[in-house]
Amino acid sequence: MAPLSGSGSVFEVVEAANKVVPTYSTGSAKRRRRVRWWRGVVFLLAGAFFLIPLYAGIKFSLQNTASHFSFQAYENIPSAPGFTAALSLSLKIALVTMVVSTLLMVPTAIYVHIRLPRLRRVLEVVTVLPIVIPPIVLIIGVLGVFPLWAKSSPYLLSFMYVILAMPFVYRSLDAGIGAIDLKTLTEASRSLGGNWSKTMWRVILPNIRPDLLSATVLTLALVFGEYTMAQLDLWQTIPVWIAQFQVSSDGPIQVAASMMGLVGTWVLLLFVVSIDRSQSRRNRKKQGA
Amino acid sequence: MSHNEVTASDPGTMIPGSDAVIYPRSSRLRRSLRRSEPVLAIAPFIIYSFLGLGIPAIAVTYYAFQKETGGWSFSNIHFMLTGENHVFLVGFENSIKLGLLSAVIPGILGVFLAYAIQTSNSHILRRLTSTAAGVLANFGGINLTFMFIATLGSGGVLTLWLADIGIKLSNIGFNLFTFSGVLVVYMYFQLPLMVLVVTPALGGLRASWREAAENLGASSWQYWLRIGIPVLLPSILGGMLLLFGSAFAAYATAETLTLGLISLSPIQIGNYLNGNVIAGQTHVGYAIAFGMLVILSITMIFYSLVRKRASKWLR
Repeated sequence: MAPLSGSGSVFEVVEAANKVVPTYSTGSAKRRRRVRWWRGVVFLLAGAFFLIPLYAGIKFSLQNTASHFSFQAYENIPSAPGFTAALSLSLKIALVTMVVSTLLMVPTAIYVHIRLPRLRRVLEVVTVLPIVIPPIVLIIGVLGVFPLWAKSSPYLLSFMYVILAMPFVYRSLDAGIGAIDLKTLTEASRSLGGNWSKTMWRVILPNIRPDLLSATVLTLALVFGEYTMAQLDLWQTIPVWIAQFQVSSDGPIQVAASMMGLVGTWVLLLFVVSIDRSQSRRNRKKQGA
Repeated sequence: MSHNEVTASDPGTMIPGSDAVIYPRSSRLRRSLRRSEPVLAIAPFIIYSFLGLGIPAIAVTYYAFQKETGGWSFSNIHFMLTGENHVFLVGFENSIKLGLLSAVIPGILGVFLAYAIQTSNSHILRRLTSTAAGVLANFGGINLTFMFIATLGSGGVLTLWLADIGIKLSNIGFNLFTFSGVLVVYMYFQLPLMVLVVTPALGGLRASWREAAENLGASSWQYWLRIGIPVLLPSILGGMLLLFGSAFAAYATAETLTLGLISLSPIQIGNYLNGNVIAGQTHVGYAIAFGMLVILSITMIFYSLVRKRASKWLR
């Protein structure tokens, strides 16, 4: 099959390959040690680069105006002017985006895998476009030609966010579908009398659920972080609210909200991935017994 | 692509039960429906992508060649190429420079990081890092700006630490709110993006290749030089082209970090749209957008070429 397939979910990709590592290191113990030392340096540098800003942001958000430690900023977020409106707007947009994205991408990805494998490369290139085409170019094009009723609805943002989420959603689904034996599963379902919708709901979807869930969480993260389109479309979503919030005496509310979003998304994704992994492993064990 | 070929292919790959359930009994209608099934099935995706990606691109191109008062004209493009003391060309130059630097540096580092993650034995570490890569690749804009101001701003944590050991950032030519700062901040989402993109390719390196090389007496260096790097190179280049596009396209982070003062093409478009310029020139924004689309099309042509090459080995 194609490049992404031999693996598993995007987040589990590493696992399959890791199994072969011991065969690499049948060589000398010296080399193994050197590899480990080299890996330690890489992790140390990367850890410093990624964790120091995170630490700085969190530390800053935990200071009150007099630079003392306090949870004041976090406590003040819910009551900050405009926050609840922005949060409910972002949640609505996120919900619509996740539903539309799933309804659009899951059938397409599955169908292309079963019937049109040759189209996979085309799909791969199309779904990568939203990474490289600037969101600002897309939104000014959309605002230039879309009819007024579409432009006056906040769900225009949902429409565009489905596009922006495509690279991550498609990659995740593609890896997930590639990792299961779709052909055997559908044939088995068919010989047991299952029709197309039953095969989809009972067989395929449960098998790609972890990948679907992580794609959904990444979509959520995208909606809660996207600033360019929301700002130019004049909707005050959470990121726009954070940017436009007037600094007040309530401490670093903006930074607190940012940090909460980032750490919250990560924890949520980690949770989704681990829960689903352990569940599917348990099922596999049960079947094996 | 003709659908005849596809539908006439291996009947074993058909969706089970589909013909029994969906299609009417009449055999001619049934055949024509089945023939158009692939088109119908991917039509929603094609239409959606066209509306969301194609229409905006066409609109931008159209307006780039339209006068403010209507009618076709090259005046916007001409103004973009020559007007305002070439400020727009400088914008393109800076954007390309930023794109290249933040493609090559995180591109190379990302390969090492992805390899380190992949060969790590700790289950937890791998899960932590791979989920973090997914989240951070999507992170940007105002949130990222705040985090880096708290880190490398004048009173930032790292600024103070470095000052303690006698390094002043301004002395080594670093300023968070200019080009060098934007470059460092972009690394924060570019590096995770590279890790995400290159990890599947690393997974495609087969252990048997390494064993074969070792059996033939190759050293670790020789293995990487003759097998590993040549096999991975198309994937790495593909990843770097993506990173180039991503950095070239990014707006929110640079806008919030420099308050729109840095000369990058996306920022200049934003200035035209936010009404920060004289009325009657908004179409210049479309002209800049069109210029960006031209550069990105070239990038994507290279990307699809490289991608084709990459799938040769990594199947």
